[in-house]
Amino acid sequence: MKLTMSGLLLVVLVAVMAGCSSKGGTKGDVAVEDRGIGADGAYTSGAAGAGSYDMAALNDPNSPLSRRVIYFDYDSAEISAADQDTLMAHAGFLVANSGARITLEGNTDERGSREYNIALGDRRGQSVQRILELNGVPSGQISVVSYGEEKPAAEGHSEAAWRLNRRVEIVYP
Amino acid sequence: MYKLMKYLNSSSPRKRGPAHRCEGSTLDGRILPRILSFRPALARPGLRPANLSGLRRNDGFGMFRVSMLLGLLWFGSGLAHGALTIEITQGIEGAVPIAVVPFGWTSAGALPPENISAIVAADLNRSGRFESLPDRDLVAHPTEATQVQFQNWRMVNVDYLVIGKIIPAGADRFDVQFQLFDVFRGKQVAGYSIPGARADLRRVAHHISDIIYKEITGERGAFNTQVAYITTSGTGSAKRYTLLVADSDGYNPQTILTSQQPLMSPSWSPDARQVAYVSFEKKTAEIYLQTIASGQRSKIASFKGINGAPSWSPDGRRLALTLSRDGNPELYMLEIASGTLTRLTNNAAIDTEPAWMPDGKNLVFTSDRGGSAQLYRMPASGGQAQRLTFEGKYNAGADVSPDGSKIALVNGDAGRYRIAVLDVQTRRLRVLTDGSQDESPSFAPNGSMIIYATTMGNREVLSAVSVDGRFKQRLSLQAGSVREPVWSPFSE
Repeated sequence: MKLTMSGLLLVVLVAVMAGCSSKGGTKGDVAVEDRGIGADGAYTSGAAGAGSYDMAALNDPNSPLSRRVIYFDYDSAEISAADQDTLMAHAGFLVANSGARITLEGNTDERGSREYNIALGDRRGQSVQRILELNGVPSGQISVVSYGEEKPAAEGHSEAAWRLNRRVEIVYP
Repeated sequence: MYKLMKYLNSSSPRKRGPAHRCEGSTLDGRILPRILSFRPALARPGLRPANLSGLRRNDGFGMFRVSMLLGLLWFGSGLAHGALTIEITQGIEGAVPIAVVPFGWTSAGALPPENISAIVAADLNRSGRFESLPDRDLVAHPTEATQVQFQNWRMVNVDYLVIGKIIPAGADRFDVQFQLFDVFRGKQVAGYSIPGARADLRRVAHHISDIIYKEITGERGAFNTQVAYITTSGTGSAKRYTLLVADSDGYNPQTILTSQQPLMSPSWSPDARQVAYVSFEKKTAEIYLQTIASGQRSKIASFKGINGAPSWSPDGRRLALTLSRDGNPELYMLEIASGTLTRLTNNAAIDTEPAWMPDGKNLVFTSDRGGSAQLYRMPASGGQAQRLTFEGKYNAGADVSPDGSKIALVNGDAGRYRIAVLDVQTRRLRVLTDGSQDESPSFAPNGSMIIYATTMGNREVLSAVSVDGRFKQRLSLQAGSVREPVWSPFSE
C-alpha cells in the first residue's frame, strides 16, 4: 500500500521534485542520522493505547516510515528530493490509516532571533504538511507546532549541530 | 582621627530641620517610599544637567583609571538558583570617579542590616558612567558632613563623595541618610533620608543610586528596575525552562514559572506588574499574562499554530502578537479586555516580532517579504509598511528605545549575529557587540544600556552594553544557561 502511487501522487511528485529524480547516494548518511534522532525516547515512547491503527509498519526499521525527520538548508523550508520519498510513504500510511494522527514539529538552528525562528520552524512544518495534503492526507490528521530553536536535537554551536537542528520531526503519538 | 574642621557653606545635617515623615513614607509591600529630603544646605549652583564642568575639568588632568577589566564580581544573596553574577568586562575612559564611604551604623552589637554603600557603588559602576574608589583606597571613613575633609578626597582624585548612616527606627525599620558632595567645590549636592524596612533596604540603596545618578548625569537612573529572563537546565526529559524576574543588579531572583517545555518571549506590561510570555507546556504555543506579585495568570491566545511574540502596548490595553492561525505567520492586535482580535498583515511572507514605538501608534516588526529578514514599520492599526533596515542580509528582533530615537536589533552578516542600533532619523546602523550569536536586545527604561543574550563557551549568558558601545558587562548564572532578558519599565 505504502509504495503504491496514484496518478495524483505521481503528478505531485513530479511537480515538487522539479525534475530532480536522484535519490539515495549522498543522502545515505542523513538517513542514519534520522534514525538516531528519531530514537529519542522523549518522542517515541508512550505509544500504548494509541493503536487504532497498525503500528507495526511504523516500527519496521526497514520501512521508509521509520524515517521521521526531514532536514532543511539554512533559512529554507524546501524539501529535498530524497525526503519527498519519505513523505510519500507517510502520506500513504496516513491515507490508509485514517485514525492515525501526526504532529509535525518544526525546528531551526540557533542562529538569529528566537521568534523569527518560530516562524521559520512553522514554515517548515507547513511545507511538510502541504506535501502530505497534496498526497491525499486530510488536514484533520495533521497538526503543526513550531519550536523554533527551543528544542535542538544536537547541542553545540557549529554547522555539525545546526544541520541536525534544522528539521521537521514527524511525530506519531 | 578626624580633625574637626569648619568648612565653607556646609552645615551638619543635624542642624537642619528634621526630615518630615508623611503618610506615604511607609515601605511595606511594593511601593517605594516617598522620600523626604533634608533640605540641602545649599542651593545647587551649576549642578544641572547641562553642567558637567566638574567632569570635564578632570578629563584634562588625566585622572581617570581606565579599567578594561575591573573584575568586579559580586554574588547574589546565597547564590540562589537563577541568581545572576555581574562582571564588568569593558570599562569606560572618562567614568566619573566617586568615593562611596561605608555607611555608619550606630546600633551596638548587631551587624548593619545591609551594606548600602557597597550596593550603591556597585550600581554606579554597573552604569558605566562612574568608577567608584575601591574600599582599600578610601582615605577616611566619615559618616557625617562635619567629618569630611575635602582636600583628602581631592588628593585621591575623586570628583564626588557619598557618605551616610543607617539609623534604627523601630522594629526592623531604619532611616538611611546620605549626602552627596562635590569634592572640588567642597559643597553638598544632595542629602536625603529614606526610611525603610529591613527587607526593602536594597531598594533603598538603589534609590540612593538613582538620586546620585540623576544629580550628576542629569539623566534618570534605572537601578530600581527589574529584568525578566529565561533559564534552562538539565537535558532530555530532565530539561527545565524557568521564567524569572530579578532586580536589575541580578539579586533577588524570583521564579515566575517552571516548565518541562519551552518558555519564550517575556514582555512586561507598562506598569511592570505583569509579564506576557509564550509557554509550550501543553505541547503547543500559548500566550499567558501573569501578575508577578500574585502569580495569577490567564491564557489569552491559544489558536492553531503560532501564538508568539507578545508585545504590550504603551497604554497597557493591547497586545501585538504573531499568529499563524490563518496559515502563515502574521501580526495581529489583541484588545486584552475584550479579546477582540484584528489582523494587521496579510501576505505569504513571515511577519513577526512586533515592537511598539513609544507613541503607541506604530509598530516595528520583522518580515522576510523582501527576501530576507528585515525590519519594517507600520501603523499599529495596520496599513502600509515601510522598510527600515538595508545593511546586512538579516535584521530582526527589534526593541525600540524609550524615547523612540533608536532601535536595537539583531544584525546578521557574514555568519555572525550581533547587536546593532539603528538611528531612526538617520537610518544609520551601528554594530555594538562582537559576539557571533548575540540576540534578544532590550533597552533599559532610561535608554542608557541594552541587555542581550550571548554565548560564552557553550553556555548562554547575558551581557549589557551601553548605547554607545563603550561599556560592557556580563551577567551569568553559576550553572545553566540564561537567555531572553527583558528589562522592565520604570515601576511607578
